[in-house]
Amino acid sequence: MVAISKIATGNGHGEDSPYFDGWKAYETNPFHPIDRPDGVIQMGLAENQLCFNFIKKWVMEHPEASLCSAEGVNKFKETALFQDYHGMPEFREAVAKFMGKVRGGRVNFDPDRIVMSGGATGAHEMVAFCLADPGEAFLVPTPYYPGFDRDLRWRTGVELVPVVCESSNNFKITRAALEAAYEKAKEANLRVKGLLITNPSNPLGTILDQDTLKGIVKFINEKNIHLIGDEIYAATVFMEPEFVSISEIIEEVECNRDLIHIVYSLSKDMGFPGFRVGIVYSYNDAVVSCARKMSSFGLVSSQTQHLIATMLSDDDFVDSFIVESKEQLLKRHKYFTLSLSQVGIGSLKSNAGLFIWMDLRKLLKAKTFDAEMDLWRVIINEVKLNVSPGSSFHCDEPGWFRVCFANMDDNTMEVALLRITTFMHKHNEAMVPRKLCRRASLKLSLSRRRDDFMSQNMMSPHSPIPQSPLVRART
Amino acid sequence: MAIEIEQPRVGLSKVAVSKTHGEDSPYFAGWKAYDENPYHETSNQSGVIQMGLAENQVSFDLLEKYLEEHSEASSWGKGAPGFRENALFQDYHGLKSFRQAMANFMEQIRGGRAKFDPDRIVLTAGATAANELLTFILADPGDALLIPTPYYPGFDRDLRWRTGVNIVPIHCDSSNNFQITPEAMEAAYQSAESMNLKVRGILITNPSNPLGATIQRSALEQILDFAVNKNIHLVSDEIYSGSTFSSSEFISIAEILETRGYKDAERVHIVYSLSKDLGLPGFRVGTIYSYNDQVVTTARRMSSFTLISSQTQHLLACMLSNKEFSENYIKTNRERLSKRYDMIIKGLKKAGIECLKGNAGLFCWMNLSPLLEKPTRESELALWKVILNEVKLNISPGSSCHCSEPGWFRVCFANMSEQTLEIALERIHKFMEQRKRN
Repeated sequence: MVAISKIATGNGHGEDSPYFDGWKAYETNPFHPIDRPDGVIQMGLAENQLCFNFIKKWVMEHPEASLCSAEGVNKFKETALFQDYHGMPEFREAVAKFMGKVRGGRVNFDPDRIVMSGGATGAHEMVAFCLADPGEAFLVPTPYYPGFDRDLRWRTGVELVPVVCESSNNFKITRAALEAAYEKAKEANLRVKGLLITNPSNPLGTILDQDTLKGIVKFINEKNIHLIGDEIYAATVFMEPEFVSISEIIEEVECNRDLIHIVYSLSKDMGFPGFRVGIVYSYNDAVVSCARKMSSFGLVSSQTQHLIATMLSDDDFVDSFIVESKEQLLKRHKYFTLSLSQVGIGSLKSNAGLFIWMDLRKLLKAKTFDAEMDLWRVIINEVKLNVSPGSSFHCDEPGWFRVCFANMDDNTMEVALLRITTFMHKHNEAMVPRKLCRRASLKLSLSRRRDDFMSQNMMSPHSPIPQSPLVRART
Repeated sequence: MAIEIEQPRVGLSKVAVSKTHGEDSPYFAGWKAYDENPYHETSNQSGVIQMGLAENQVSFDLLEKYLEEHSEASSWGKGAPGFRENALFQDYHGLKSFRQAMANFMEQIRGGRAKFDPDRIVLTAGATAANELLTFILADPGDALLIPTPYYPGFDRDLRWRTGVNIVPIHCDSSNNFQITPEAMEAAYQSAESMNLKVRGILITNPSNPLGATIQRSALEQILDFAVNKNIHLVSDEIYSGSTFSSSEFISIAEILETRGYKDAERVHIVYSLSKDLGLPGFRVGTIYSYNDQVVTTARRMSSFTLISSQTQHLLACMLSNKEFSENYIKTNRERLSKRYDMIIKGLKKAGIECLKGNAGLFCWMNLSPLLEKPTRESELALWKVILNEVKLNISPGSSCHCSEPGWFRVCFANMSEQTLEIALERIHKFMEQRKRN
């Protein structure tokens, strides 16, 4: 038997996490409205499918964006030959412009600082390779995207040290938590090279406020460590408060810009995960130069660069898309959270992302992660929904689940809600009735305007049980 | 609350500050000279002609014709039915139809003499990524891969930079047309051992870059035997397999395995790409074909860092599953490359320059050792500078390919029009005439 490497034989690929078990359950029995109406509904995949009709319309009206059409084929040869790791200038310019517009025009991005990568997955790994040696560490606030365990560590040998955030203060990233993590790393003899934040947050769906961001920038400057801001969900902020990017904060506070790096992608904001458009944007010239060379291992297909360049340089399209996307996400989020609250399910108050951070702590048989996994198995096997258990995000408190809402059509959403409603009613019948009224302890996420409750395009919920009255949120 | 800005610069990683990205090599210095003064047939006739870039531009009309006649290759046609599914598809298994098409294409290139299972195909963004990924899987940091010289300069970066793996050269020379011998392989192995490097595999490029020649069957048998003997892996980079001038002259490692009943196959891995045969380097289409299940599974997982755009997978699945198109393409491409090769060899011979007898690839391996002042690397580089600055041709010096014998140069011929090639040959002719006179 010929041996393979330690990296290959280890489990750094991260697929043993429960994050993926649910996907397996889904894959063996996927929901289909006609063929498999009892199948598992996928609510564990953070995809943005709400704006495809809008995008398709543009695509059909712009055949020149495709190299395969009569209008575009004259660009075929030069595009097919283009493998320069600088990337097409028009691609970089269009992406830089898009990033600026997503931030309300409050900041400009320099196309020459844009480096391509194989999706954000490739971007994160590339940044880790640039900033840290094997055995060094990044701090990452919990709960965090499970993919980081693989992306940042697997082939790089870099370690992750959690910055523990707690539900008691809505998972805020506090100075104390940062310091505690830094100390912990020191005690473990790990040299900390950087802090990775995801803003807007996956899985929380929240954004970082100005004070927190400023505190973070201060912290990394004091410790002289890098700050990596994953802003992959930047355009999914559908409600106030307004998104504040790292790129804006460094204009307002003193900061060594050589420490600042942004990871971006079109997988979430535009819903194009298949196109593998990852971006590293660094304010550090040496990192830009190094990352650019490394991007050879994960360049964006020039065919796709051409499409994206054409699409994102269409100002009218981009401006309307950003607005449309927010509207659709807002609508879906509102409807989903409202419906959940009506059966007594709360979630962390959120204004961004493609998911909610659902609070099922009161359904746990015990305040343990075992109980969380038991509940999760019930949700997968009985309720037939794939949701992601908080433990897979390294959440320090059991009972939280990430539930995606933007990767399905309205009908599927109805079916999912019906199943949840049915389950909750069964559960409530089995419990002492008093517990139903303990709404005050739940974080509710409700609309501010009652008449926005349902859009014209949605079917009315057809649960057999009458709706409980709407409850206004405290803001 | 002022923050001290004047601080020691925060470090980057060792990988980041190392020079293993390889861009200080003369291989790239020539490109810079070209970039600053590129030849153009009308607007810059005295510019540098790029002969250092192994691109295939001879068959684009076939691709363009296909696209004009097949609108379904775009992922949107009437009503854009496939756009959404395509944009969402990020499964690292890759589009089944695309893997099937790649498997068929690889079989066609080998004249049906080997079969490929689509489920053993792992997709990566280019052969650059494929080679790095395989290295991560087959070797640990500090281990070594044996590679016959001369070899593609990019390997220094692709196989070593982020992986921490070493390359130990298997020295080949002109005495036997740079063929790989068991003695040379054994010497390299011993050399690695003496440096305390654990050899994990041998990597061959077949057809060879920069030699432009296929590896003979007997050599392939010996190489596989060597790998079995030492219990190491064998990676065969067959990126130029579709660029052999005659179909029968290329023998893939897959055929050797077939004749052996796939015994010892679990150590063999093939790298392929569409960058050379189809001339689509920008589309980033690389594949790993492994006969080892664990390698396939692991490679597939690792490919997450470097997936092929689903848009591109769709286009190529359509194109390559059209048997009529692919058969015609392979045949026509071979004919055109063969014609180009004849043209450059004749032209060089007229100028008094000999080349290694080649039968594949997008370049020829030119022997300018008679022109060297001294048989040294320095003399070779001095001559290279003259050719770059005076003859205004960017060709690749053999030393950048780690050739142990000075005086050889790789000259690309498929990345330009016939007219430009004529001009290049005229310049060489003039240069040689001048030298004769001096």
